[in-house]
Amino acid sequence: MSMIVDHINYIYARDTENPVYALKDICLTIPDGQFIGVIGHTGSGKSTLMQHLNGLLKASTGSIYFNGEDIYDKGYDLKKLRTRVGLVFQYPEHQLFAETVFADVCYGPKNLKLEKQEVELRAYDALRKVGFPEELFFTSPFDLSGGQKRRAAIAGVLAMRPEILILDEPTAGLDPKGRDEILDQIKKLQTKENMTIILVSHSMEDVAEYVDRIVVMNDGEVFLDNTPKEVFGHYKELEKIGLAAPQVTYIMNGLYERGIPVSTEATTISEAADEIMRVFNKSNN
Amino acid sequence: MLREITLGQYYQTESVIHRLDPRVKLLGTILFFISLFCFKNPIGYAIARAFLAAVIILSHVPFTYMIKGMRGIVILMLITVLINLFVTQGDVVVSFWKLHITKQGIIMAAQLALRISMLIIGSSIMTLTTTPNHLTDGMEKGLRFLKAIKVPVHEIAMMMSIALRFIPILLEETDKIMKAQLARGADLESGNLFKRVKAMVPILVPLFISAFRRANELATAMEARCYHGGEGRTKMKPLKYASRDIVAYIIMLVYMGGSIFAGRLNIFRFM
Repeated sequence: MSMIVDHINYIYARDTENPVYALKDICLTIPDGQFIGVIGHTGSGKSTLMQHLNGLLKASTGSIYFNGEDIYDKGYDLKKLRTRVGLVFQYPEHQLFAETVFADVCYGPKNLKLEKQEVELRAYDALRKVGFPEELFFTSPFDLSGGQKRRAAIAGVLAMRPEILILDEPTAGLDPKGRDEILDQIKKLQTKENMTIILVSHSMEDVAEYVDRIVVMNDGEVFLDNTPKEVFGHYKELEKIGLAAPQVTYIMNGLYERGIPVSTEATTISEAADEIMRVFNKSNN
Repeated sequence: MLREITLGQYYQTESVIHRLDPRVKLLGTILFFISLFCFKNPIGYAIARAFLAAVIILSHVPFTYMIKGMRGIVILMLITVLINLFVTQGDVVVSFWKLHITKQGIIMAAQLALRISMLIIGSSIMTLTTTPNHLTDGMEKGLRFLKAIKVPVHEIAMMMSIALRFIPILLEETDKIMKAQLARGADLESGNLFKRVKAMVPILVPLFISAFRRANELATAMEARCYHGGEGRTKMKPLKYASRDIVAYIIMLVYMGGSIFAGRLNIFRFM
């Protein structure tokens, strides 16, 4: 049960003199239950890659295997794939359309041709999981605040009970509080439901705390693919491609260079604080 | 699919026609349309065709590119031609089942096909060689005299250029929304007509909302820049006639005279 991306290329204007490679020879293995952060700046091909994973775009060359089956095989049910690999687009609240939040969340499972009871159960369940307040279930989605709209839209995808959940910049335009709440809830989906999560972002800071693995994209290629600690170790190379490591990495590296024997591996603020305290206490003794 | 329609698109290249004042091209197109209905004989068609061919060559737009844009209109043209072919009364040439094809019908259909194709090519030359901004500028200045009878010329021109500007944005938005609903298991292709129309609701509602949102944002942005209509507004590149525009006007007049004259010739009349 996993997804394998095997040497895919995606080319715009293929038949012309100067074809554009939006994706260049991408290879990835996405095992079950992993929380993956995909990072890259605007135009690095991350959104394009995500649309390949649920079959909305078809690679020019290469294949994608989901649970051992080639999704480009003739007769492969792409519609079914899309319900198993849920994709939440950027600014998903722009796709809300129904009269009530609840009806909108029901749209996905309804398309799966489930029993009415099951549809409503899933919608209710999905809204609960994203922490949507129950008293707002039957209000119009257009009367909600930005953060609540975002939750409702994510619930709309979650209600189909996908095995892999892809979120394209789910925190764009939200304040820090809203951002942390949404990311915490997403993390819970991984730990409690063992869902595979792919989180697309351009901010290392956002993902550092949550993910098990970071894939850095640059110019349509996979630039780095490793654990957060390893990836942030390359912070100088990241800067060259217009990205930055979390501020903690800079502080720890700065301290280390000035002769304070801290480990530079900390990726979150609390880890860094512990590490500094450890070194500080040691030198006091 | 929507990207394949070249009708109404600008083709970037360097040519005399591209450099002409948009007012010349607008008036020229209108005159050309009128001229097509001035005559019914082969001489008139020959003149019109020669004129059109000369403009096409001067415009440096590949002819195949123009034809590509016409694909969408072929069906409309076929229907018109067929109706004329079967409905026109006169001397029967062929008849089968309840349908009769008459000599007059054939002539009528052929003439219509010629006229419609020349109309379409004629108007597409204008849009192919003029940027939308130029076109609305030309309209605004060319129709200024209508202000005398309280027609809000500037506002109409502004609305036109905004509408044109938003076409690609809304296309992109439609694409995005369609993908998002497909990701939620939307089925847009199967089912009967009623079902398909119903399946469009989750796409149309967000599309309309986003169009209103964008319109609102644009209005705010324009107001923040103190936009208050055309009164006292100056242009960065004001339209000015050059000598080539005068020459173009003279050629157009000569052509118009030619086609009116051809229309009065009786020798080749065959209707």
